[in-house]
Amino acid sequence: MLTPTICRMKVSAPRLASSAQPGQFLIVRASENGERIPLTISDYSKEEGTVTIVTQQIGASTSVICGYEQGESFADVVGPLGVPSDFTEMSAEELAGKRYIFIAGGVGTAPVYPQVKWLHERGVAVDVIVGAKTKDLVIYKEEMEAVCDNLYLCTDDGSAGFKGLVTAMLEKLVTEDGKQYDQAVAIGPMIMMKFAVLTAKKLELPIIVSLNTLMVDGTGMCGACRVTVAGKTRFACVEGPEFNGYDVDFDEAMRRQGMYRSEEQEADHKCKIGRGR
Amino acid sequence: MAARIPRVPVREQDPKVRATNFEEVCYGYNVEEAQLEATRCLHCKNPRCVAACPVSVNIPNFIAQVAAGNFAEAAAVIAEDSSLPAVCGRVCPQETQCEGSCILGVKGEPVAIGKLERFVADWSRENGGVKPVVAPANGHKVAVIGSGPAGLACASDLAKLGYEVTVFEALHRPGGVLEYGIPEFRLPKDKVVAAEIESVKALGVKIETNVIAGRTVTVDSLLDEEGFDAVFIGSGAGLPKFMGIPGENLNGVFSANEFLTRNNLMKAYRDDYMTPIHAGKKVVVVGGGNVAMDAARTALRLGADTTIVYRRTENELPARREEVHHAKEEGIEFAMLTNPVEIIGDEKGWVKAVRCIRMELGEPDESGRRSPVAVPDSEFEIETETVIMSLGTSPNPLIARTTAGLETNRRGCLVADEKGATTREGVFAGGDAVTGAATVILAMGAGRKAAAAIHEYVTSKQ
Repeated sequence: MLTPTICRMKVSAPRLASSAQPGQFLIVRASENGERIPLTISDYSKEEGTVTIVTQQIGASTSVICGYEQGESFADVVGPLGVPSDFTEMSAEELAGKRYIFIAGGVGTAPVYPQVKWLHERGVAVDVIVGAKTKDLVIYKEEMEAVCDNLYLCTDDGSAGFKGLVTAMLEKLVTEDGKQYDQAVAIGPMIMMKFAVLTAKKLELPIIVSLNTLMVDGTGMCGACRVTVAGKTRFACVEGPEFNGYDVDFDEAMRRQGMYRSEEQEADHKCKIGRGR
Repeated sequence: MAARIPRVPVREQDPKVRATNFEEVCYGYNVEEAQLEATRCLHCKNPRCVAACPVSVNIPNFIAQVAAGNFAEAAAVIAEDSSLPAVCGRVCPQETQCEGSCILGVKGEPVAIGKLERFVADWSRENGGVKPVVAPANGHKVAVIGSGPAGLACASDLAKLGYEVTVFEALHRPGGVLEYGIPEFRLPKDKVVAAEIESVKALGVKIETNVIAGRTVTVDSLLDEEGFDAVFIGSGAGLPKFMGIPGENLNGVFSANEFLTRNNLMKAYRDDYMTPIHAGKKVVVVGGGNVAMDAARTALRLGADTTIVYRRTENELPARREEVHHAKEEGIEFAMLTNPVEIIGDEKGWVKAVRCIRMELGEPDESGRRSPVAVPDSEFEIETETVIMSLGTSPNPLIARTTAGLETNRRGCLVADEKGATTREGVFAGGDAVTGAATVILAMGAGRKAAAAIHEYVTSKQ
């Protein structure tokens, strides 16, 4: 357990582990009559044949997952899903001299980690802003420090790092501290990504976001994940999950994310709010 | 003369009752009914029914066995050509295939070939099944992508020839459209689909679920790293189409694929499953195919007043007559010559109505059907909580995108010759992935042809 409600586990899935890349996700089913839950991949090891996932306990299915003892198995694990992050397609020349800033919120910190690690291993300068409600909910602090140039913690109550929102931190870094970045990436709750994009726009900073939409199959079959990007309907599962933040209709995405909320509350669980972030 | 016996009617669940449950609609023939119906077959010298069957089941032969009461022999006859008889007996469009070409149908009613096939398959399953006939292992491995009708048919034929066959399925249950698409009340999942898949496995076919071709593995990794001699792609046509009208992303608008997958694969209708589904009191289904009928009848069973909206007339409905008839019996409304132009939402972004326009039929289009033309100033609104788009599907581009040398046409379908050979050596394809959305049996036919071509290819390489 990383916090009382966030757990991390390594899952044995050799084929998945050898194909996984930064930016991708997977789908699990906790039990034979459970839902298909999209979760981000927070690390992977070809050698071990394992992927690491981080889950926040927010409903029935995620409670089952967080209650697993070592050695227990999911009913199903499938992936990797989605398109890998843009930078994985870039050449060393294209990446050379680039400066990235990641904005991570809550459980969204976990999928940021393999991206930062990937870039760091290739000598790209990476700063990371991690936001959480309070100190006890900060995850991946040590791991992240080991692979980024600068880590900036933000908490709502000021119990660790900067007291305030990640967007205020981003603005401070660029406008007051004179930091220069070529690319921002925001992963976290939809509302955080929405405001991260507004801030990035103000700073004229390109920003990529990773959308945690509803999904059933995760392979382009159902269309539950559809989002409007640059005025066009796109499927987050196969065309995303990463999109240019400037183009995403966040208000629609947030509304669609809540589509089954009343059903979930009746069933006393909320595990369909997305990728477990 | 035998032909004077009228076609034996099949017993069905009362429409009023079945509109409230997911039990199978059709009960099928019992032994007496099946034997009586079997006596109607004229045993034509040149049976047109066999020629009209995409997998060439020896129909007169199996029917003769039924008439004689040799049901196990009848099952063995069918098993030579079909690996999914209980499925085909239920969902094949027999009226345009075997039964459509039955000589008895010229002046009267054709032999109920579909219902007889179903009877034989069900009897066989309940009485121990057909003993698999498999050639000795030939030392060659073939990978089959997709566990739907095309993949299962291809895998079965190859296994019978002695190949070591592994089927890779992206979802957590095998069966493809049989599992996620066709509802329980038409095709029971555990009783029929799972049982027939077990009989495919009994031939030695291995099925691995949760493997996505193009992501978890690629065609190249299967050929180069996992040592398969050939790959068959039967990945279907799973990508849903939308209309591109305003309001389509409102809450309460679903693809038929999503709605049916939640209910079929994910069993949302059952209390013991966690899957949520949204139907509400009023549902509008847009489209006129079998999938539209399935979605509408599912919504009805979930308790919604359901209307099917279709831009042509009832005569042009692409769905099977039987499905349309069943849907009407159950109380589904049909709004024909009607086309949605906009979906209207409430202040919270949920669907509250569909704005439609009246249509009339104009000149025939390239498909030979008269194309619908909008009637000016005829817009009106239908109040509804849910809209289900059932406008057809296209193949998933994932495999083509991740496999060098695999060509697709402008509709996104894999390019393959009549035997199933694609533009890439050692890679074959068939079913909806090649043709676009069609039927279970055409996919099975394509899977069989490709199996023969794969056998030829592997043999020629030795």
